[in-house]
Amino acid sequence: MITVLAVHFAVAAVAPLLFRKFGRNSFFALAAVPAASFVWLLLQHDAVYTDGAITEVVPWIPGLQLDLAFRMDALAWVMSLLVLGVGALVLVYCARYFENKDDYLGGFGAQLLAFAGAMFGLVTADDLLLMFIFWELTTVLSYLLIGYARTRLSARRSALQALVVTTAGGLAMLVGLIILGATAGTYRIQAILDQAPALVAGPAGGAVNAAVVLILIGAITKSALVPFHFWLPGAMAAPTPVSAYLHAAAMVKAGIYLVARLAPGFAETPPWLPIVLGLGLATMLVGGYRALRQTDIKLILAYGTVSQLGFMTMVVGLGTPEAALAGLAFLLAHGLFKATLFLVVGIIDHQAGTRDIRELSGVYGSARALAIVAAIGAASMAGVPPLAGYVAKESVFEAFIEYTSASGTGPWLLGGVVLGSILTFAYSARFMWGAFAFKPGVEPTDFKPVKPAFLAAPAILSLLTVLYGLWPAPVDGWIQPYAELFVDGSESSPGHLALWHGLTPALGLTAVTFVLGLAMFYGRNAVARLQALVPGWIDSDRAYQNTIGALDDTAVWITGRTQRGSLFFYLSVILTVAFVLPLTALLLANKPLPDGLYFIDPGAPLQLVAGAGIVIGALAAVRANKRFLAVLMVSVTGYGIAMMFALQGAPDLALTQMLVETIILVAFVLAMRSLPPGLRDRTGGKYRVIRVVIGLAFGVTMIFVAIYALGARVATPVSLQFPQLAYEGGGGLNVVNVTLVDIRAWDTFGEISVLALAATGVASLIFVRGRGDRIRTSATVAEGTVGRRTGARGSTRDDAALAMSRRFAAATSDAWLVAGRTLAPERRSIIFEVVTRLIFHSIIVFSLYLLLAGHNLPGGGFAGGLTAGLALTIRYLAGGRFELREATPVGAGTLLGIGLATAAAAGMTPLLLGGQVFQSAIVELWLPVFGDIKFVTSTIFDIGVYIVVVGLALDVLRSLGAEIDEHFEEPAEPSEDEDSGRIPAEATVEADAETTSKGRT
Amino acid sequence: MSVNLTLLAVMGALYACGIYLILERSLTRVLLGLMLLANATNLLILATGGYAGLAPIFDKDTPAEDYNDPLPQALILTSIVISFAVTAFMLGIIYRTWVLARQDEIQDDAEDRRVAETPSFDAEDDSVIPVETSEFPLAMVGSDGAGTNGTAAVMSGGRPMRADKAASEEQPGSLNVDPRPEGGEE
Repeated sequence: MITVLAVHFAVAAVAPLLFRKFGRNSFFALAAVPAASFVWLLLQHDAVYTDGAITEVVPWIPGLQLDLAFRMDALAWVMSLLVLGVGALVLVYCARYFENKDDYLGGFGAQLLAFAGAMFGLVTADDLLLMFIFWELTTVLSYLLIGYARTRLSARRSALQALVVTTAGGLAMLVGLIILGATAGTYRIQAILDQAPALVAGPAGGAVNAAVVLILIGAITKSALVPFHFWLPGAMAAPTPVSAYLHAAAMVKAGIYLVARLAPGFAETPPWLPIVLGLGLATMLVGGYRALRQTDIKLILAYGTVSQLGFMTMVVGLGTPEAALAGLAFLLAHGLFKATLFLVVGIIDHQAGTRDIRELSGVYGSARALAIVAAIGAASMAGVPPLAGYVAKESVFEAFIEYTSASGTGPWLLGGVVLGSILTFAYSARFMWGAFAFKPGVEPTDFKPVKPAFLAAPAILSLLTVLYGLWPAPVDGWIQPYAELFVDGSESSPGHLALWHGLTPALGLTAVTFVLGLAMFYGRNAVARLQALVPGWIDSDRAYQNTIGALDDTAVWITGRTQRGSLFFYLSVILTVAFVLPLTALLLANKPLPDGLYFIDPGAPLQLVAGAGIVIGALAAVRANKRFLAVLMVSVTGYGIAMMFALQGAPDLALTQMLVETIILVAFVLAMRSLPPGLRDRTGGKYRVIRVVIGLAFGVTMIFVAIYALGARVATPVSLQFPQLAYEGGGGLNVVNVTLVDIRAWDTFGEISVLALAATGVASLIFVRGRGDRIRTSATVAEGTVGRRTGARGSTRDDAALAMSRRFAAATSDAWLVAGRTLAPERRSIIFEVVTRLIFHSIIVFSLYLLLAGHNLPGGGFAGGLTAGLALTIRYLAGGRFELREATPVGAGTLLGIGLATAAAAGMTPLLLGGQVFQSAIVELWLPVFGDIKFVTSTIFDIGVYIVVVGLALDVLRSLGAEIDEHFEEPAEPSEDEDSGRIPAEATVEADAETTSKGRT
Repeated sequence: MSVNLTLLAVMGALYACGIYLILERSLTRVLLGLMLLANATNLLILATGGYAGLAPIFDKDTPAEDYNDPLPQALILTSIVISFAVTAFMLGIIYRTWVLARQDEIQDDAEDRRVAETPSFDAEDDSVIPVETSEFPLAMVGSDGAGTNGTAAVMSGGRPMRADKAASEEQPGSLNVDPRPEGGEE
């Protein structure tokens, strides 16, 4: 079975290649796949019917108990006959229905073959979830097949409609399947059916009932039962071969199959019969009634299918042995005649160019063979002996006659079934008349001759219809094992299919059907007038459109109310929720304030002063109307926080916060040089009131949340063990640092990854192309060219100052900074350069000290890296961007990479040595000058952190500093379009080279 | 447990100011607001450490309770550096916005507003489909007698073409939008 499936999908995958080479004849090759599978299926007959079933199981996802479990029993075998046989014939038919020049044939062929494969998988799957997968596969493939004519609105819309309706049902079904599987403790269908009586009667009976209802919803939508019947007539926008397969053997039959599969176990549950019989009967009558109103022969058939689907659901779902036998018998008969008729309709459409019964006339005269084939199919549909439809319908009548004695609703059902059959007879006759008859007043249709290859498929099907009718014994044998599943010990056997049962009540009902059906056909004008008088019934199709339309409108309305595109609105909503919910909870809980509140920490009374400073800074930042003033005020709060940390007993934090605040201040100034100094408040008026309210409420809420959260702590803090842990396990005295590089090293590793990402982000935002590792060395830059001011000519005072500074610059024989000479003289500050020269190396050494000492004293990778970053900042400010290049021969990106790699190596190496990730070892050794050294391997990780932080600082300086410098210096050129090799100063290089005689140092 | 109201009061003030600032259109102020929020959060974490204590530098004679709690400190250290990275990134965004649009302002998303004005009529969903009684609609012209002389124009695949040309272009579906027929055969 798995091989059959695999071949179907594999050939489908290569089908487009076949079509590219062989055109429409490739359909023959595709048809060979289900045809060969059909032969294989026939060969399996003995195995299936002597052993009861053949099974194949391949483990798939053991954790979900999901296996590729397939099982072929009598029901699956009969269904497979239909799926594979009709599939092969439809594919053969396609080879003549389509033209070589039709587009997308390859994809179409692949989809149709895969559809056959999916149906085969659906009927043979022995696992609820596996079956669901195939179920949804048929849904998706039918969507593609119905939408084949993708440029036609009707095809697109009906494909989508079929998809929405069947998927909605499928989702309900999935829930049902999971409930059923969870209740039964297994997803194997056979195992579930075996324990079904116990399940239904057991304590979980309610859950089983719910599951049954949900699964039936899936079956109802798939099989187009009322009230979801509308999608099937809509789906006739598909090419006719697809309709034939969809209506006769696949897709809609999946719902019937599901009912048939579950009926032996669950027909006894309370919701089963009302749903199956009620909706089935309603569908049968609605379908038949509407089929009589259609003027398109394909629509007559489509509504006919709706009607028959209701009929089949009733029979298959009834749950008696007779009904099971009759149901499957009718399923086969229906597959044969409905496929025949659709294929005939396709031929008529193909040859005549219309399917409208008001335009077709005299087709019988032009195509007798076609008419005979069609007549056999239609007669079988109407239930005329000696055809398959008659045999099957006779047994259905018998099953319902039997049922009248079992239930009070039996006579009503029987009456309904007979009424439905009368309608069926009437629309069958109407179909034949409409398609083939000569109609007075209508010009005979111009009908091209039908080639034998085109007619072959429907002819074979009609032949089978006759054979089945004349000799039903084999079919009877195929179905008996399934029907016997319904036989309780007491009941009789399911009976047998036969052409002649004798003078039974069923025969009488058949006669009644024929007489009344003929009467309806001959009185068709009266019937049509009567139908015209009936006012517009509830139109499910329109209801569907309205539902979808209302859904769309609601979605747009909600989207319009919530997604306004205003950040202010979003934040207001989010923040309001963020304070209203906790505040409500606090008020409702109405708990007293916890103990342990204090205002002044006896250990750090100065916190009040620092706090006051912070609050003043924050308020000033809010009030500030100058950009840099606001930034400065935020920095005040930052430094205040650093002081707070120091007072609290956190020197590491204080140090780091100080460094960060300083670098941020520099970065702010660098980035915002070009922005206007003013900072207008643009959301005034009532919005300001809202902002104040939200801000205050949020702040107050946070205070109370914090109070209650802190007061709720009862357990001993886990960190009480940290000092001991840090010293013994991590080999360090600085608990915070050991926590970062050892105890919580994973956190830190994640953090430096974020740093690398953010640094790359900054560089990308400013450089746009590349990472900016392209600044030339200072040796290539003519001196005094960077940042030259040209606008100072008019002022004599500026001129004088400029001249003075130029003279000093020219007199300097030895630069304090390597790249200092590249700066325009008026940009240089000799004092700054000298100081930088003096302290740069000291700061770098200090940063290394912080890094290495951090394990035992305040410091560590972060503080060290930030200090080194500050050193670079100073050097950049003093010597310009070429100085920065001289200071860091390695690019920022490289630094980030090296840092991450070092940290990762520090984490992974212990793993290679048999330890755990980030496990640290303490190495004690003696070095000549240093004496005894206690080296902890987690220091290597800290070095990685250090390098990453330096990389981040460098990226900030290069992007917000150096690159923006360049944007400034050449305003004429759009900043983001610079070529990588060019720098703005270049334009002036040649001019300056002539006037400046001095070479480079 | 101990609850330091000074820290919490300062934290509340920072939250209030930060929220006030991020509810502003100016990107710079939003960034400043974010920095205040980060500071406020750091204070909140700091407050979980309880009373001020000794710096957590291990000394074997000092009991663990005398140190200020090292765990919140480690968390805050992480937070400080991450805030730095985020601030730098925001600065990059501010600068780029300025370069591209010459404004330091958060714009409303026009696309969102357009979506909100989507009309309830959608051509794909709601337009009326003409009744089609054949997959080969072009041959239909011949069947009612008109157009067989080859001069009648029909609409095929959205383009007008002569009926005889169109009828010869017999294709299932609506795939008669093949670009060839008009140019190639005249």
